[in-house]
Amino acid sequence: MNAVEFDHVTLRLSARTVLSDISLTFDAQEFVGVLGPNGAGKTTLMRAILGLVAPASGEIRVLGQPPARSNALVGYMPQQRSALHNLRLSGYAFVAGVVRGQRLGLPLLNKADRREVDWALDMVGARDLARRPLAETSGGERQRLLLAQSLIGRPRLLLLDEPLISLDPRHQQAVVALAKSLQSELKITVLFSAHDVNPLLPALDRVLYLGGGQAALGKVDEVITSPVLSRLYGAAIEVIELHGRIFVMAGDQEVGRDAHQHEASRSDV
Amino acid sequence: MLTSTRLPAAMFSYDFMQNAFAAATIVAIVAGLVGYFLVLRGQTFAGHALSHVGFTGATAAVLLGITPLSGMVAATVAAGIGMGFLGERLAQRDVAIGMVLALALGLGLLFLHFYTSYATQATALLFGNVLAVDIPTVWILLGLGVISIGALALISRPLLFVSLQPELAEAKGASLRLYGVLFLAIVALATAECAQIVGVLLVFTLMVGPAATAQKLTTSIWLGLLLAVAFALAESWLGITLSYYTDWPCSFWISALSAAVYLGAMMPQKIKASR
Repeated sequence: MNAVEFDHVTLRLSARTVLSDISLTFDAQEFVGVLGPNGAGKTTLMRAILGLVAPASGEIRVLGQPPARSNALVGYMPQQRSALHNLRLSGYAFVAGVVRGQRLGLPLLNKADRREVDWALDMVGARDLARRPLAETSGGERQRLLLAQSLIGRPRLLLLDEPLISLDPRHQQAVVALAKSLQSELKITVLFSAHDVNPLLPALDRVLYLGGGQAALGKVDEVITSPVLSRLYGAAIEVIELHGRIFVMAGDQEVGRDAHQHEASRSDV
Repeated sequence: MLTSTRLPAAMFSYDFMQNAFAAATIVAIVAGLVGYFLVLRGQTFAGHALSHVGFTGATAAVLLGITPLSGMVAATVAAGIGMGFLGERLAQRDVAIGMVLALALGLGLLFLHFYTSYATQATALLFGNVLAVDIPTVWILLGLGVISIGALALISRPLLFVSLQPELAEAKGASLRLYGVLFLAIVALATAECAQIVGVLLVFTLMVGPAATAQKLTTSIWLGLLLAVAFALAESWLGITLSYYTDWPCSFWISALSAAVYLGAMMPQKIKASR
């Protein structure tokens, strides 16, 4: 069964058309990088898969079903908010807060719940660091806890929204490697959005590039090319490969990189 | 040598002291529990503003000849629900909240001005007068307390979820708006309760102080809730006792204890951080 199908889908946020007439399919057990400039619709695409944004036209199918909120088979790691930096709750309490979190009642955990939390923490190797207050974890450690949180409910499809923001290159590599190992070990589909394709290169099966309301899905060397990106950006884009890295240039400016570096300079390693 | 009126047993021989301790006990439990979530959600300023709206409600009630507490409850709950519907973004907008707060106090002052014979009412509302609590009021406080704790218990799991991970909670089917509104309605009730003990201006002292201290000391939710209640209880009991022996205002002692305990909890961390 395909993980996600978009059939002539148009997504709008109030009056703005974010994605226009998109048709694409993500296969089962695929690691897909979702790339594109800010505002290109990476988050909106994920929210549409989660059933939080209804398509203005067209049809979306997620694991063969129409998108629905509270679908346990879809895991989601939202973009990190700075509010978490001051939270003095333990990582364990933070991850455990998600277990059956939408149900009414007291936040008590039964044995099965605790096993589920332990399993998720073990999958990302965070059992020990989950004892510390969230405020005393580094950016990379927090991302591991957030990944554990997204695994609660044992999803078949994992949507990771910008997990590399505010991480230095070393921690970026670690998060990508962890997401890749989860994908192959659990045999699930992962959509991983980012500004820059380079940290994702070791993990990628395919890449989805969004821009100007359009989308291009394919292998890295099919999509990240001058003609395809020039069409998406609506401007002349040059793609340069050097020492196994890919540089996407608009004129003499490198596209997307500055956003990352700006965030990385604020990182608390 | 202590005279007989100075012994703790003598303190409880007065009806007004018994009522004060009963009221403080009920309110401290409510304030500790509700305050824990208020601090966790970063909405303490919104809670502060609600108490000022309560002042307007109470003074309007006095003007209309009904009890201040009923006016306060009506005004805070209405304002809490209104704030909840306007959404999280507004509830965290300091300037907007500050303006509402100032306007509420100003209106309250105007209502008091029209009801000139009630000169002492203003101080009681602003700074509380726990020693004036009568038995019917204790029962009302108990009833409101049971409602707010019951409602909080019912929504605590999804409330925690939407507070910790709003986007994920939304994706899992928990309505951010619904729980935001319900929670602020609960906060409104708790605020009106607190105001009976420490007054509208010092609601922070019971709602925020103990809960913030608890969150500094533990990383566990349940222990945090327990500590918040324990601090609120200890601070209000001790505050009333100190007030009995010194004849200084209760609300002063409670606010002083609340601040002292919070500072005490901060110290070890600051020292550790400066090393």
